[in-house]
Amino acid sequence: MTATQTRLDHQPARTRRAAPNSRDRSAGRSKASTIITTGILVVVALYFLVPVYWVVLAATKTTEDLFASNGFWFGSSFNLWTNVVQVLTYDGGVFVRWFANSVLYAGVGAVGATYFAAAGGYALAKYEFRGRNAIFGTVLGGVLVPGTAIALPLFLLFSQLGLANTYWSVLLPSLVSPFGLFLCRIYASASMDTSLMEAARLDGASELRIFHTLGLKILTPALVTVFLFQLVSIWNNYFLPLVMLADSSLYPITLGLNNWSSQVERLPEFYELTTGGVLLSVIPLGIAMIVLQRFWRGGLTEGAVK
Amino acid sequence: MTKHLKYTPWVLMAPFLALFLLTFILPILAAVGSSFTKVRREGLFGEEGIVSEFAWFENYAQALADGGFIASIGRMVLFGLVQVPVMMLLATVLAILLESASARWPGFFRAAYFLPYGIPGVIATILWSFLYVPGLSPIIDAAAVVGIELNFLGPSTVLWSIANIVTWTYTGYNMMIIIAQLKSIPGELYEAARVDGASGWQVAWKIQLPLIRPALVLTTVFSIIGTMQLFAEPQVLSTSSTAIDSQYTPNLSAYTTAFAYNAYNAAAAQAVLIALAAFILSFAFLRLTNRKSV
Repeated sequence: MTATQTRLDHQPARTRRAAPNSRDRSAGRSKASTIITTGILVVVALYFLVPVYWVVLAATKTTEDLFASNGFWFGSSFNLWTNVVQVLTYDGGVFVRWFANSVLYAGVGAVGATYFAAAGGYALAKYEFRGRNAIFGTVLGGVLVPGTAIALPLFLLFSQLGLANTYWSVLLPSLVSPFGLFLCRIYASASMDTSLMEAARLDGASELRIFHTLGLKILTPALVTVFLFQLVSIWNNYFLPLVMLADSSLYPITLGLNNWSSQVERLPEFYELTTGGVLLSVIPLGIAMIVLQRFWRGGLTEGAVK
Repeated sequence: MTKHLKYTPWVLMAPFLALFLLTFILPILAAVGSSFTKVRREGLFGEEGIVSEFAWFENYAQALADGGFIASIGRMVLFGLVQVPVMMLLATVLAILLESASARWPGFFRAAYFLPYGIPGVIATILWSFLYVPGLSPIIDAAAVVGIELNFLGPSTVLWSIANIVTWTYTGYNMMIIIAQLKSIPGELYEAARVDGASGWQVAWKIQLPLIRPALVLTTVFSIIGTMQLFAEPQVLSTSSTAIDSQYTPNLSAYTTAFAYNAYNAAAAQAVLIALAAFILSFAFLRLTNRKSV
């Protein structure tokens, strides 16, 4: 029940009255339907977990075992520790560097993008000024423009500015989330009471102070969604860093691992490096997804239902 | 309105707008601009420098006359027509099952289905490619025992192998959005349905499906845009499958044109066409769904 409670706390007040019935939503609750439903869910779970299971086993094997033994069970040797050490130390610990780069890009990018989107969305929702609708319309168009269509011209632009192949070339585009601004604006108009702002003004608070104390606090549920969304999309991004970065010491983990896996044809020892590297990069993400999924409010729909 | 209030919104929006201008508006304008430009070299060997000149629709004509590029768009339309409905159906069924009272351990299943979303497309493809490659794949080994010969990387199958990776990655994400909308359905509606003696099927068809329509429409539009942008999966898989050429998807084609042939103007025209195709398909879908509801 605590999980449900946490989730409900993030919901706007109007949906809260659904809470008492939330566990009691279906007409069919016979024993047979429980068995069938759970059976289907188990089969589907196998589909989603099998590749992860495979890589856990593969990371314990030597290259010979990888090809000789059954992929769904352990090989004759248990080589996990050797493989992990090899992944972490290969080429002067470049894997650790890639991982740190990904953390930097995703962490700084997501925090910055969330803050800027919150400020922008709040301004669009709570102030009236000329050009407000034009700005919102333009940003909304930005939500629909494919990111990869922008990456190529952005590379040409950044080359001219001397920014290509630097940390900035990946960080700067990661700091913008048109979707985040869209969500924050909708959330701010729906759940932030203007009379609260008036009261704060009467108390002598400055406008920026009102945003930083009152605004950010009320926007928190939307900010969590924007942050998670941006974090995952930067972490998963491949096209932008591929286009921007030539120096492999600036690579995020996606580019680095692809670099390793593309060498397996010529150098079979890269099989061990790749499977070990994939395992090491999946573990923290897996834990993060399991912990974070309860906060994931799929806030996209919040705008769509209004 | 006081003067103070007049400047505040602009101060708040300034960082976002500056970055939006730099990383969205300028590149889009630059892309459109360079898609209408061609570069001509002066002198016999281009030794007298290069001049840019207005090319009208030359780059677009070139892109549209490129059989490989057009074929890649057709391939993505086929891909989308099959993969998007399959994924949305799976996501919807899973969401409804998980939200029904019949489901055991919904928290565990939700996390398991959502997990692949946190795995980058590149890494998901590396993972699945191990299960596709003969010699490594336990699936191919198992099928061979029963006498079935599987080839996941052949010319006729590799597109669906990619579809599997995309479905694996994004089904859980779409499911979460649908679950969020299911949770916002007021409990009284279920109460009323129960009083009327509605079956589980009727609740799903008559109450849940109509009310999660906005979530379905939205996730489908995002899936359509995503399909048009497909890049990482085919690019990574191309190292283990000869059936994937350098123009397999529109984005792969634009990338090749830009970086292998250094034809940036032609690549810009392709990038604009990809964005246009995504827009047109999204709007066509929105029109279609709006008409149905009238």
